[in-house]
Amino acid sequence: MELLLMFVKILVVVTIFMIHLLYVQYFERKVIGHMQARMGPMRVGWHGILQPVADALKLFFKEDIIPSQSDRPIFFVAPIIGVIAGVSTIAVIPLWKSFSIANLNIGILYILALSSIGSFSIILGGWASNSKYSFLGGLRSSAQVISYEISLGLSLVGVMMMAGSANLSDIVNAQANSWFLFPQLIAFFVFLVSAIAETNRVPFDLPEAETELVAGFATEYSGMRWALFFMAEYAGMFIMSSLAVVCFMGGWNGPELPLVGEYSGLLWFVLKVYGFIFFYFWIRATLPRYRYDQLMSLGWKIFIPLALLNVIVTGFLRVL
Amino acid sequence: MTLPQLFFAYFALSMTVLSLLIVTRKNPVHSVIWMLVLFIHIAALYLFLNAEFLAAIQIIIYAGAILVLFLFVIMLLNLKREETAQKYQSQWPISMGIALVFAIFMTMIVGKITVMPALGEYSVEAIKAEGSMMTIGKVLYTRYLLPFEIASLVLLVAIIGAVVLAKQRVE
Repeated sequence: MELLLMFVKILVVVTIFMIHLLYVQYFERKVIGHMQARMGPMRVGWHGILQPVADALKLFFKEDIIPSQSDRPIFFVAPIIGVIAGVSTIAVIPLWKSFSIANLNIGILYILALSSIGSFSIILGGWASNSKYSFLGGLRSSAQVISYEISLGLSLVGVMMMAGSANLSDIVNAQANSWFLFPQLIAFFVFLVSAIAETNRVPFDLPEAETELVAGFATEYSGMRWALFFMAEYAGMFIMSSLAVVCFMGGWNGPELPLVGEYSGLLWFVLKVYGFIFFYFWIRATLPRYRYDQLMSLGWKIFIPLALLNVIVTGFLRVL
Repeated sequence: MTLPQLFFAYFALSMTVLSLLIVTRKNPVHSVIWMLVLFIHIAALYLFLNAEFLAAIQIIIYAGAILVLFLFVIMLLNLKREETAQKYQSQWPISMGIALVFAIFMTMIVGKITVMPALGEYSVEAIKAEGSMMTIGKVLYTRYLLPFEIASLVLLVAIIGAVVLAKQRVE
């Protein structure tokens, strides 16, 4: 019975998550459209509201092209690794007061572990395509992920020290009165930038820089397999936004709203996450892409020392 | 067989098979992928022993950092010749002989093992109550502080050594 309940819980959360993944792309096109004084998708349905459904159907029925010189098993498996790693991370995110599929003591470490497995999908996908553009994209991605994972993990150490736990629910509970955003301002800044680099978004989307590498690691992919890479990227963006909300902005904490009553926690959580996702889009519409050597020196020479400094300062403040 | 035994049997068997797959693949990238699967199995075995912290670290460090570095090096080297070369021509008989001797010794030892009752203050219950992450942190920074610092010093020496080697200018 308990197992069945668990299964239903997983099914509901994953289904809702998938629908969000579908529609966050519509949201992105609309936001960026309006930022560039365009309308965004308008044709399918009222204000293009059915555009994601049409896109998904199109991708589903498209021919699946496999390059003849590719390494077939790895070519097949690479996008799947990314989606599995991205979607299973949702299990530990506390969506609402004491509601998460799995309440793990090592919540933060679990997310970091899965995000590092997810990076394999890009590296392997780039290699298995047997094309120079894809390969360069994959190599860039592997170097970028190693560098930024360190600063991402270190920036969360400060939060763990403040809460005295790596359990995400405990971290949210520790922020019942005040967010960690202000005492951990340096860590928040480092986390924000590293999260963008970790999810390969503009201005750090060097693995798929279209001006130099066509489409980077995804050049040889088409149809449904390409859509899986796309889904993994958006799932990663969702997870990083949720992690930012949980670790720095109080998670589900917020004043009770009228009409929704006890569900206001969930509403606050979703609102904050979408605030972050809007921020991602805003950055994409605003900033030009970084150069690769700038990206590397930024990660190693600025963000890692900054995150270490934050750990030391937080330690001193905790002792005093 | 009980459920834990079944679980352990699966992991022991699949880890052996995976290790064999790793050493017999011709393509080094395929070896690395099987190694990734192996590391995930090892992490699951840690979870099975209630060591959730070790399981997470196993994935983050080995799968996330070391294996990605392996892949990076293998891909940059572009090992076309190694792929076609014959593996283990003359070593086969010697290695099989050593493995056989080792297997005989192991079966002799396994028969002699007696299970001791839990000793010391860190019993399974005590660790469960506190969480494995908390327990490891406390023990590492109080009782084993000196070995911990020595280990980090050794790593620091290795880092500095690597930097010095990389910085050398070739005249």
